Amino acid sequence: MIEKGTYRLKKGLAEMLKGGVIMDVVSAEQAKIAEEAGAVAVMALERVPADIRAAGGVARMADPKIIKEIMKAVSIPVMAKVRIGHFVEAQVLEALGVDYIDESEVLTPADEKYHINKHNFKVPFVCGARNLGEALRRIGEGAAMIRTKGEPGTGNIVEAVRHMRQVMDEIRKLKNMPKEELMSMAKELGAPFELLQEVAKNGRLPVVNFAAGGIATPADAALMMQLGADGIFVGSGIFKSKDPVKRARAIVEATTHYNNPEIIAKVSEGLGEAMKGIEISKIEAAARMQDRGW
Amino acid sequence: MKVGVLSLQGAVEEHLNMVRKCGFEGIKVKTPGDLEKVERLIIPGGESTTIGKLAKIYGLDKAIIKRGQEGMPIFGTCAGMILLAREIQDSNQIRFGLIDILVERNAFGRQVDSFEADLEIKVLTGEPFRAVFIRAPYIKKTGSKVKILAKLDSKIVMAQQDNILVSAFHPELTDDLRIHKYFLSENY
Repeated sequence: MIEKGTYRLKKGLAEMLKGGVIMDVVSAEQAKIAEEAGAVAVMALERVPADIRAAGGVARMADPKIIKEIMKAVSIPVMAKVRIGHFVEAQVLEALGVDYIDESEVLTPADEKYHINKHNFKVPFVCGARNLGEALRRIGEGAAMIRTKGEPGTGNIVEAVRHMRQVMDEIRKLKNMPKEELMSMAKELGAPFELLQEVAKNGRLPVVNFAAGGIATPADAALMMQLGADGIFVGSGIFKSKDPVKRARAIVEATTHYNNPEIIAKVSEGLGEAMKGIEISKIEAAARMQDRGW
Repeated sequence: MKVGVLSLQGAVEEHLNMVRKCGFEGIKVKTPGDLEKVERLIIPGGESTTIGKLAKIYGLDKAIIKRGQEGMPIFGTCAGMILLAREIQDSNQIRFGLIDILVERNAFGRQVDSFEADLEIKVLTGEPFRAVFIRAPYIKKTGSKVKILAKLDSKIVMAQQDNILVSAFHPELTDDLRIHKYFLSENY
């Protein structure tokens, strides 16, 4: 019997991306540069997060024309973003045949209460999370891959570090927790009990967990990998830097050899200026993308 | 026996788990030095273009080709199969060229076309193998020395040439150890 769209297939593609770098691109030309640099997938967008932040207004799913051009240009998987809760944008992306959908806080949320029921789709979803409860709620809704939210478009790693540490810390606590305490923990975290039990038993999330939101240098990528990330998303960090080709290659290499400081040192040399970046405390509360999602 | 899993990118842990379940020591291979420590090698699924580039930077591609030519057993799944192939349709990407096959990448379509299917595999006994195909390639042509081990309709999805074994699907995403056991058996 032949089956399509199973959870194993959805999770499976994310597993194939492990140890790799997924890069934000806004054109077929950038997508080719990313592929050439060794990206495992690209995220097709109209604007990178730093430009979304600068432009203001409502950020939506990219024009299907751009997404189709990018899909045509590269042989690696193509992801694209939809607004939180906007299941019709997701239907459109599924119809276009994109390989992964990011229900993303980078875009302006379409629903202030509910996320998409991701079980309804054949195409797999990745979602952002700041903590274990949020990660397990998204997985409960059908997400087949998780990433930290970080603070997108800032080139500042501090929030991604916070979110990865938070998730890992909660997993470690769960592992050592007596069974009778799990239900109260589920209540406290707002996490589905069955998934919480699974995490307690296996000592890891049931799906792949990437780092995203603020990664700008090879050392940033290696830091996230050493903290336990399965792989890396780089949004604005590459194409907002001085030499995108060189930086993209360096981040790919540092992600693979994250435990080898000599290699990280070598690839970090002479990369030119990184994206300028923003101090998190300078962002007003309403502009913090990580607080979007429920 | 020490079994290496090429650990540049991709589903490395899944293969290491299978190796351990088969009762062998699994080792991550990232450098030519790591490769010297192992007696067999598995090349996992992942992105073949990425893995190929990373292999080349530190000369791991040449080391793998040399060991493969010397007869070390190598098993490639999905991207691993592409990297082991001699010819890749419409692509000049880096490959090791250790098995005389022509492969086509993403040959069944994109992720929405990924599928699971029951497969009859020549070297296995018992029930069909539940095969997981993710943006999978298939083999369009084989050289005279290549044994075809499994087909899906008319498409070749598993093959072997002497020490080199390839599958278009991912046995490491199932609990079925039979293919790994076959590859890791004493008389493979």
